[in-house]
Amino acid sequence: MSQPIIEVSNLSKRYHLGAIGATSLREEFSRLVDRVQGKPHPDAQEFWALRDVSFEIQPGEVVGVIGRNGAGKSTLLKILSRITEPTSGRATMRGRVASLLEVGTGFHPELTGRENVFLNGAILGMNRYEVRRKFDEIVAFAEVEQFIDTPVKRYSSGMYVRLAFAVAAHLEPEILIIDEVLAVGDANFQRKCLRRIRSLAAEEMRTVLFVSHNLSAVVQLCTRAVYLQKGRLGAIGSPAEIIRDHFNTGHSATQISDLARQPRSAQLGKQALLMSAQIAGAAGDNSWQLAFGSPIKIEFKINVRDRLQRLELGIGLFNLQDVEICSSLSSWSTQHGPIDPGIYRLIAAYPALAILPGTYRFGVGLKSEHDLLDYVPEAFDIQFVDAPHAARPNLATVGGAIAVDITTTLTRLPELT
Amino acid sequence: MSEPPREIVIEATHDLRFLDWRELFAYRDLLRLLVWRDFATRYKQTILGPLWHIFQPLLTTVIFTIVFSQVAELPTDGLPPTLFYLSGLLAWSYFSQTFNSTSSTLVANAGLFGKVYFPRLIVPLAGVVSNFVSFLIQLLSFFTILLIYRAAHPGASVGPRWSAIVFLPLILLQLAAFSLGIGLWLAALTTKFRDFSVLSGFLLQLWMYVTPVILPLAKVPPAWHLYVALNPVTMPVECFRYFLLGTGWVNVSLLFVSIATTAVALISGLLVFQRVEKTFVDVV
Repeated sequence: MSQPIIEVSNLSKRYHLGAIGATSLREEFSRLVDRVQGKPHPDAQEFWALRDVSFEIQPGEVVGVIGRNGAGKSTLLKILSRITEPTSGRATMRGRVASLLEVGTGFHPELTGRENVFLNGAILGMNRYEVRRKFDEIVAFAEVEQFIDTPVKRYSSGMYVRLAFAVAAHLEPEILIIDEVLAVGDANFQRKCLRRIRSLAAEEMRTVLFVSHNLSAVVQLCTRAVYLQKGRLGAIGSPAEIIRDHFNTGHSATQISDLARQPRSAQLGKQALLMSAQIAGAAGDNSWQLAFGSPIKIEFKINVRDRLQRLELGIGLFNLQDVEICSSLSSWSTQHGPIDPGIYRLIAAYPALAILPGTYRFGVGLKSEHDLLDYVPEAFDIQFVDAPHAARPNLATVGGAIAVDITTTLTRLPELT
Repeated sequence: MSEPPREIVIEATHDLRFLDWRELFAYRDLLRLLVWRDFATRYKQTILGPLWHIFQPLLTTVIFTIVFSQVAELPTDGLPPTLFYLSGLLAWSYFSQTFNSTSSTLVANAGLFGKVYFPRLIVPLAGVVSNFVSFLIQLLSFFTILLIYRAAHPGASVGPRWSAIVFLPLILLQLAAFSLGIGLWLAALTTKFRDFSVLSGFLLQLWMYVTPVILPLAKVPPAWHLYVALNPVTMPVECFRYFLLGTGWVNVSLLFVSIATTAVALISGLLVFQRVEKTFVDVV
């Protein structure tokens, strides 16, 4: 079959900002009058959540849809799931579609697990014979055998999520659309879900469209990625390349990150302002890319406007799931101050950190004795790449944030007789 | 999977779409389960459970009998007041409940509709069916009371006509069609203007007074009959009495007026609803 299973061409979706929904009859009437007279309505604030997006997906592909918040990912999935219509353009889906935009849609708390499996299956488009045939498999996958005749309101949240995902995972559509559902459930179950999705595609030739903020899941799972940027198609191709190219845009182009322009709360940056940051002594043409295990030295420029008794720097390193994996305060080692107004250079040097390859984000703050002076949550991104000299096999396949070398001893015990 | 892969084209549609029978049929299991869910969950943690289906019309009948018949001394077409009100309420409560459940469809299920696609019409249709089941329970209680009455008054001629077996289902069908049609209109309008959800409760209250639930149609001056028949609920209510109790004022030409209004309401309701359902999640 050479025909693409999903064909999206020039898909666009427009929303009206401000007056969504709850307009008064009078306003609606004045809009109608304007429309009849051919005048554009004065406060018609338009917003294109999706603009001229086109791509094709072949059967058996697992495609990740990625992009920052507000890039149009959810809108795209809503249109492809037929929850709302596009404003223009078209999408052709050649096969049965099941979408899982939320775990447990339509679950009723008063009904038992068994009853909900049938109800949820029907909502997702299965008929009763299909559900009956798959029932034991679903229950086994969800690991809720003992509680299947208990109302789901008595379930733990983990059980609830497992059962709900299990139903969806056993649908037999040609096209499966999944949104962020892996953000729930414990790590074990998440891995199980990922395995299930992978086998759906690999063994049963199902096509999967998968939206996630979990970029590492996208890299692991997807054969291709669609990158959306402000409603437009930014790029399409290998997930690893797209993530490398686009998830530090704005920072990687210049050697110096302009912190003065980064968003921050209004009252911050008055007494002292973080102006810029730069990696000192980085190798390669992209200064924000560092080899695994290399020491980091960051050079900040700070504009001190008032005389300060004390100046303290705080740095947090976050992974893509926004978990802070490393925090530092300058005051742990050195006290700075008192200092007079002026422009200062502050160098922060890390020891060699064995942070696992991937993209990370720095958040930087300044503090006086008592008050927070400045804080830039998304100061700059940094990438650690696997390097030959790292000499640690299988580095890319391990989980966690930091690689720690441990020493091990193995001793043979005398055999028991 | 047995069925061949079909092609789904998603684009902005501007033309009016009528019913997609094939798709509705494919989701028949969902309809069945939604009806079942209605019954399984409605009376959880209640003492009386499904008996509420019987209590509501019975209590209303008692109050009507006391207030309208005993105190206000309004005529009941020569029928025992209890049977008169009960038969009228039978038809009326089917109408009002179906109207209510249909008109709240889109807003009440916005969360569900925002997350998964299935033909939206399944939900109001499930309401039509599940209200029909509660209608049957009420019909049973009506016959029980009729039997008790007949036992207490051996000489009375009050009772159902044999033709009811043919005509009553047809009348019920008209009632279902009308309540669905008008309910779909309200559902569509409510997504944009919540005023209509307030209006629908209020409308229903007033509507009962222009329907011969409390007063027999025979009491209405003949010059007003055409206007009264334009209310498509009038004829079904009067027909119910005619077929179940043997007394009533049924006029065939007025019946046709009523059927015509019903057809208009149903067809336009379906069109409007299917127009709105395509993008309503954007505005709810």
